[in-house]
Amino acid sequence: MKLEEEVVRRQRERAKITALLLGAFVILLFFITIAKTGINW
Amino acid sequence: MPAMDMTNPAALPADWRDFLALTKPRVMSLVVFSGLAGMLAAPELPPLALGFTAILCVALGAGACGALNQWYEVELDAKMRRTAKRPLPDGRMDRQSALHFGVGLAFFSVLLMGLATNWLAASLLAVSILFYVLIYTVWLKPRTPQNIVIGGAAGAFPPLIGWVAATGHFAALPLLLFAIVFLWTPPHFWALSLFVRSDYAAAGIPMLPVVAGFENTRRQIFLYSLPMALAAVAPWPLGLAGPIYGGSAAILSFVFIVLSARVLANRASEPKHMAAEKHLFGYSVFYLFALFAVLVADRWLGW
Repeated sequence: MKLEEEVVRRQRERAKITALLLGAFVILLFFITIAKTGINW
Repeated sequence: MPAMDMTNPAALPADWRDFLALTKPRVMSLVVFSGLAGMLAAPELPPLALGFTAILCVALGAGACGALNQWYEVELDAKMRRTAKRPLPDGRMDRQSALHFGVGLAFFSVLLMGLATNWLAASLLAVSILFYVLIYTVWLKPRTPQNIVIGGAAGAFPPLIGWVAATGHFAALPLLLFAIVFLWTPPHFWALSLFVRSDYAAAGIPMLPVVAGFENTRRQIFLYSLPMALAAVAPWPLGLAGPIYGGSAAILSFVFIVLSARVLANRASEPKHMAAEKHLFGYSVFYLFALFAVLVADRWLGW
């Protein structure tokens, strides 16, 4: 594998994981807000 | 087009697995478990989302400690077989990325802890991270064989943080849990340092076996296991835990002392003859897991 291809592959992997973590963080913030405001479902 | 050079950190962005390795996931698992035990032993539990966030913050804080430790000790890690394959000494990542990652994780974990639970828990998390990085890694570890004794306080914070995150205040039981981990740390690390002594000596780290010799280290291991056992059993006679915990803690601690006595009796200086030290090291990890597990079981099974 060439260096440039490997750079792109790693950047893609890191971008995917960052996106996943950000998505998870948004969901976590949602549940934290629900818990802090004491809303009962 | 140049051939791929995996060891040139300037040419390649670090792999995400290397960022994960920076957080020392195996150490993190024990930290998470002890933090969770501290939380579950508390008299009141936070809502699930807040409890989960608190433990996540403890994990991220531990990850920050691991990353900053590896950022600071890259030259030392390169000299030791046990650590030479870590991302920084192996050249798979540049130091600045590790520093940014560690500092970012530290700030994020403390802020999130404060916003989700309470600022006392966040302050304790901040103190534990600063203690581990500045007091232990930067100041004590390269200077004194007592590094583990005082530095052990950093690893003793998680059960206290878990409890405070749940309740918002201190109490006697989490302070005892702090004392147990604090007193457990020296025998745990000194057992390891006996059979990896040559690594520490090569790196110039003044661990006790390097500075004071095998016999003295073995004596210290045994001596520390005694107050550790007392602290472990103490919650029962003090009325802070029930007989399930008390009986289990007594048995687990008795085995710990027996294994420490076997280490004390060993005269070997070659790692291949240090089965007693390896047994104690392995058992010490199990001991802490088991002790905290029975504490939680005792709390939830009623006493």
